[in-house]
Amino acid sequence: MIRPVILRPMALRPATLGLVALAVLVLVLPLVISNSFYLDLVIRIAINAIIVLGLNLLIGFAGQISFGHAGFLGIGAYASAVLPTHFGWPPLLALIAGAAAAAALAAVMAWPIFRLKGHYLAMATLGLGIILNLIFRNEASYTGGPDGMAVPAMELFGLQLSRDRQWYWVIAALLLVSVWASLNIIDSPFGRALRALHGSDVAARVVGVDIARYKMAIFVMSATFASIMGSITAHYVGFVTPNIADFFHSVELVTMVVVGGMASVFGSLLGAVLLTILPQALATFEGWETVAFGAILILCMIFMPRGLLPTLAARLGSLRFAVARLRAGRSAGESDS
Amino acid sequence: MLAQFLQYLFSGITIGATYALAALGFTMIYNASTVINFAQGEFIMLGGMLAVMFQQAGFPLPLAVLLAIIVPSLVGVLMEKMVVEPVRSADTVNIIIITIGASLVIRGVVQVVFGKGAFMLSSFSGDTPVEIGGAMIMPQSFWVIGVSALVVVGLWYFFTRTLTGKAMLATSFNRTAAELVGINTSWVLWMSFAMSAAVGALGGVLVTPLTMTSYDSGIMLGLKGFVAAVVGGLGSGAGALVGGLLVGVLEAMGAGYLSSSYKDALPFVLILLILFFLPRGLFGSRQTERV
Amino acid sequence: MMARTSTAPATPVLSVRDLSINFGGVRAVQNVSFDIASGCIYSVIGPNGAGKTTLFNLITGVYVPTAGEILLDGQPVQGQPPHRLARRGVARTFQNLQVCLNMTALENVMVGAHLRLDRNVLKAAFRWPSLRRADQALHQEAAELMRFVGLEHALEARADAMSYGALKRLEIARALAMKPRLLFLDEPAAGLNPRETLEIDELIRKVAVSGVTVVLVEHDMKMVMSLSDRILVLDYGKKLAEGTAAEIRQDPAVIAAYLGAGAAGETP
Repeated sequence: MIRPVILRPMALRPATLGLVALAVLVLVLPLVISNSFYLDLVIRIAINAIIVLGLNLLIGFAGQISFGHAGFLGIGAYASAVLPTHFGWPPLLALIAGAAAAAALAAVMAWPIFRLKGHYLAMATLGLGIILNLIFRNEASYTGGPDGMAVPAMELFGLQLSRDRQWYWVIAALLLVSVWASLNIIDSPFGRALRALHGSDVAARVVGVDIARYKMAIFVMSATFASIMGSITAHYVGFVTPNIADFFHSVELVTMVVVGGMASVFGSLLGAVLLTILPQALATFEGWETVAFGAILILCMIFMPRGLLPTLAARLGSLRFAVARLRAGRSAGESDS
Repeated sequence: MLAQFLQYLFSGITIGATYALAALGFTMIYNASTVINFAQGEFIMLGGMLAVMFQQAGFPLPLAVLLAIIVPSLVGVLMEKMVVEPVRSADTVNIIIITIGASLVIRGVVQVVFGKGAFMLSSFSGDTPVEIGGAMIMPQSFWVIGVSALVVVGLWYFFTRTLTGKAMLATSFNRTAAELVGINTSWVLWMSFAMSAAVGALGGVLVTPLTMTSYDSGIMLGLKGFVAAVVGGLGSGAGALVGGLLVGVLEAMGAGYLSSSYKDALPFVLILLILFFLPRGLFGSRQTERV
Repeated sequence: MMARTSTAPATPVLSVRDLSINFGGVRAVQNVSFDIASGCIYSVIGPNGAGKTTLFNLITGVYVPTAGEILLDGQPVQGQPPHRLARRGVARTFQNLQVCLNMTALENVMVGAHLRLDRNVLKAAFRWPSLRRADQALHQEAAELMRFVGLEHALEARADAMSYGALKRLEIARALAMKPRLLFLDEPAAGLNPRETLEIDELIRKVAVSGVTVVLVEHDMKMVMSLSDRILVLDYGKKLAEGTAAEIRQDPAVIAAYLGAGAAGETP
């Protein structure tokens, strides 16, 4: 009974649609936005979205948590600020050096930790973030200390990126590629192994997944990714302070993952949009920002632990199911009478 | 030379006692629920801040201290009931996130009420240093060390000699079995939150005259308390005590002999080393997971 | 089905020599030795707590033995982690299900093929054509396997929406996706109704005919007796007897352990 099955490639149809919609949005937005304040906001959202995509692969798909991701952003940002300023490195080389440093650090740290479970990674990443932040604050002769330092403009093949519009296209392209790559990874042997070790680590081990290696791989990848985005943020803003690497920034990033939806690529985007805008809205209420972030995390975990987008999708799904059942019931009723 | 060493040692033991109390707080909650309460540091901060507030409001010191311990315990119970209980069976990641959320709420509310400034609590028995072997010790240090020792003895007595304490311990070993013999385990849960909040807050009150306090001082204290708990082997009471003192002394020595700007980094270097070489901590036992 | 003599052919697929494990004083498995010949169905039976699942966990690398040897094709493998053993063709299912509920049923089966695939993450990220083609072929293959275990209706189901019996089969399909040489099934019929049990019985025969050596832990005696080429009886972590179904039925030690207490023979 060998008959070819026509199977929809999993999670790809809605995903392809989403990707196309995102591409259209990216193309249309600059036509609609004339105000430079909003363009800046959109760019910041996109930067956060890219970071959160990487973090979601770690937290949502592989089930490992990092509360020190801002530290890796800091490595990239300061590599891009310090190396060109003090040592005359070309910006692109500095970005790569930062990414390599972040990757190496993540690998060294991951090695002892991923043999253990649960709380230890949260703890160790938190500690790492704090140590990095301390370094950025204390090495004032290189980093400018708590006041921060200016970052030279990004140069790509002799072209200087300076205007917001140029940045918009660079970052928009990065975003589209990141979304596409994330979707591809999830639906690949590598991605399935990651999701499997989250779902049942014993099951993953007995089918041959070297789970420590996979956890390490995804941790190193998302750290590298964060460092690259840290470099890009630094170049875009033109200035960097230790705040980029502080604990609260790490919490913000995790909140974006959790609120948007763990293990949901498009949820990450939604989370980035909402939680980049929220602080702007709360900026006038000094201190309430922290309370709001905390409350959002708690409420989200209690009432929709899967996050906004997956919860909405499930609601929609069950609605469709109910409608279908209603219809089926009605037609059955009709045939009865 | 020796005087300097003694000076560092004393300040290390003093701050280490606070870490040990925080670590005991982590341990109590972890044993009762296998939850790591990332809001533990906020209880320490609350203790210090509230003591300052009640003292400024004109309460006599003993009453201010008492209130500064009771209020955080109530916050702890509230947190357990409203935030932790609803997600009891969730993933570790989710529970970590939720306790971080709770810590943000507490910290944020304190920031809104008290602002970002640093606050000072007056010492319990003056500021005239006592000389021991050439080291100048603040009287408050004796308060911190003495009261912490009393708390440790008290907790030991409670968990090994009283029925209530034994019931809590039994729950930590086997929740289902404890329920079967009639122990109200939900009571054990909020009790452990109340106690660990109280112990943490007490540590905060005691150390504030030496270190000052502010809305964000809880992050570091809590983290170092957690480092202490892990160093000692998560779940072990004696480990928490030793871990706390070890972290405190290491930090003080590091600040004195190496670099004061990186003293906060030392506990984390220590924890990474320990995780590397002794993954179960100094006092933890090996376990085999069941499949 | 042919009953094999106790002098097994040249090298058995699996040899276990004096295997023991202690859990803090509890000796869950003690000095157990046996050989499994290639291509047979080998069952491990014994009362609850006899150490059957522990034995599986030892052989598949989930536990590290305290003493003893496990030889796969004559080479010692004791203490190797599960993912290494998987490379050598050892697959298993679990008594208490270990299905990834965060994935679809089909993806769970596809995970079984992990070691046969190109796991490069960069190629994955950029939809490398060879990798996509392999993945599409795997879709077909996984679907075939799901049909083979009788899950054709669940091809697009999420794992968390499936029944207990369906998940049991899903685990078998996942294990088969590994193309194993040795398949360990831990109580495949537990919790299933008589009709489903019959289907599993048939499935195991199909698997064995396809050349896979099957090692079975099962409480359903009727199934064990009719299926097995050889049977190992464990009691309190020790080997009580070993032999063909006929030999085991007549073994006085086994009868004493199973029937001596006056319990019904079919349900220990």
